[in-house]
Amino acid sequence: MTPTKLLALALALLALAPFVSAPAAQAQDGRLRIEITEGVIEPLPFAVPTFQAETSGAAPYAEEITRVIAADLSGTGLFREIPSSAFIANVSSFSAPIQYADWKAVNAQALITGAVSEQGGQITVKFRVYDVFSGTELGQGLQYTGTVDGIRRIAHKVADTVYSRITGESGYFDSRVVFVSESGPKDARQKRIAIMDYDGANVKYLTDSASLVLAPRFSKDGNRVLYTSYETGQPQIFVLEVGSAQRRALGTGGGNMAFSPRFSPDGQSIIFSLEQGGNSDIYRMDVNGGSITQLTNSPAIETAPSFSPDGSRIVFESDRSGTQQLYIMSANGGEAQRISFGPGRYGTPVWSPRGDLIAFTKQNAGRFHIGVMRTDGSEERLLTASFLDEGPTWAPNGRVIMFTRESQGAAGAPALYSVDISGRNLRRVPTPDAASDPSWGPLQN
Amino acid sequence: MRKITLTALMIGAVALSACSQDRFNAADGSANAAGMSGSVNDPTSAAYFNQAIGDRVLFAVDQSTLSPEAERILAQQAQWLNSNTAYSAIIEGHADEQGTREYNVALGARRASAVQSFLVQRGVAPNRLKTVSYGKERPLAICSDESCYQQNRRAVTVLTTGAGT
Repeated sequence: MTPTKLLALALALLALAPFVSAPAAQAQDGRLRIEITEGVIEPLPFAVPTFQAETSGAAPYAEEITRVIAADLSGTGLFREIPSSAFIANVSSFSAPIQYADWKAVNAQALITGAVSEQGGQITVKFRVYDVFSGTELGQGLQYTGTVDGIRRIAHKVADTVYSRITGESGYFDSRVVFVSESGPKDARQKRIAIMDYDGANVKYLTDSASLVLAPRFSKDGNRVLYTSYETGQPQIFVLEVGSAQRRALGTGGGNMAFSPRFSPDGQSIIFSLEQGGNSDIYRMDVNGGSITQLTNSPAIETAPSFSPDGSRIVFESDRSGTQQLYIMSANGGEAQRISFGPGRYGTPVWSPRGDLIAFTKQNAGRFHIGVMRTDGSEERLLTASFLDEGPTWAPNGRVIMFTRESQGAAGAPALYSVDISGRNLRRVPTPDAASDPSWGPLQN
Repeated sequence: MRKITLTALMIGAVALSACSQDRFNAADGSANAAGMSGSVNDPTSAAYFNQAIGDRVLFAVDQSTLSPEAERILAQQAQWLNSNTAYSAIIEGHADEQGTREYNVALGARRASAVQSFLVQRGVAPNRLKTVSYGKERPLAICSDESCYQQNRRAVTVLTTGAGT
């Protein structure tokens, strides 16, 4: 856990005693289910009446929590909220029996009810999920507790639970993204490392804009961030503690340029590009200092390395064939297998957290794309197309990709977008300023 | 018209240079450098290097090979550096925006290194020449077509004071 007050959320996940009687098997009745492996789906209509305020003063919290839950679910493109103006009934109390007919009548397939109480700055949210058409509760009622300033996180936890019960996949709403916040004109851009919730809320800045910074990358546990900074005059790799915003140089480069770092899954080492005499190769280094191992050795540009989730392999880009292409090698280096063979150039590969796919940037015929392919290079699918899309990062459940889209021309600026791996649900992620180079962190505890 | 554009570009580059050393590039319009860079008519001045010889060379798309024109400019740069040994230089490599971020950092490094190698070949002491790549992070010209891209695919020899390291 991070030490800052905002994040010290002491989320208690408790099964409420009265709910435990519901047999677990009831959740398995299987009627209410979205199979998100299929391409096109009709969004599942859900109703989430504003959660009951059970203590005086809790109403504003109940309202905000309900809106965040609804926005999380709708934002996936898998769910569609039925507006409260269409409701023909209200939920008068959290414990009252559900009148399924009232919710069937407005065509809600899922119903989420909840209640919020506040005591001494602690917020408790309890909720239930119902399968309206089969007239059963889906799973058991749960409650989450947190502090007042963490209510969006509590709401994300609730939404993750709902998402998980209906899709069978783990969620991604209670997660954060580090990125580069950009301001100023295109020829004098100011950049600083920032962190925010996955939905753009709670932006905080982790560095100032005194030096050019590039491409922050989360550790798997979300506690540390690697990035490249020009503060010494040369691109060098720094590591930043998210909780304290303390940073230190890793001493990777000596006098040479070091860039494009990523953590190993165990957080013990980093892989990165090191330039010598104009040539960039991939190296591995213990994050606490110590020996540096060279993993590639060719006169080509080798950069953008990313570990497989088990840490055994590395995908990277190289122009050893004449153009940028994707290769996979052992985590110890050695011979590499080329996996990209389509027309155009491929770069910035990132291994999915499930291990099954590689996301990448593709340049072809003057356009940029974000795409995915299997780790053997098969089943390539392009998810986006624009003047300049680049730098994909995976949601913790491997179902959604966030990336940078830069608009064209003198007034062009980058923004963050997300898209799901079927290519549906392209959305701009709201940020206060221009933004680039997202790195999506894990689901928080 | 042409001249005005060039001036504007050079001023544009000022704000971009992040360097603690005294710089004598035409790009540097600060009072310090303006006062010390001398007259373009003085062949020992930084202003002469920047403007009369030319402080930058341009590259083809995705290439780091020096063109005959680039070699002509660099030969004069080398000659000047060999005569004006109070100066060192940082060679900045840059790329246009048509490429991914990391690749462009690596490409800019290739370009800076190509310039460095040429200057060393022509007798400039290696310890007087440092290289840095800015990838696509520091464009001079900001439109999104070839007229701007060709100005951005560059390596700039930025003079600094002090002996080499």
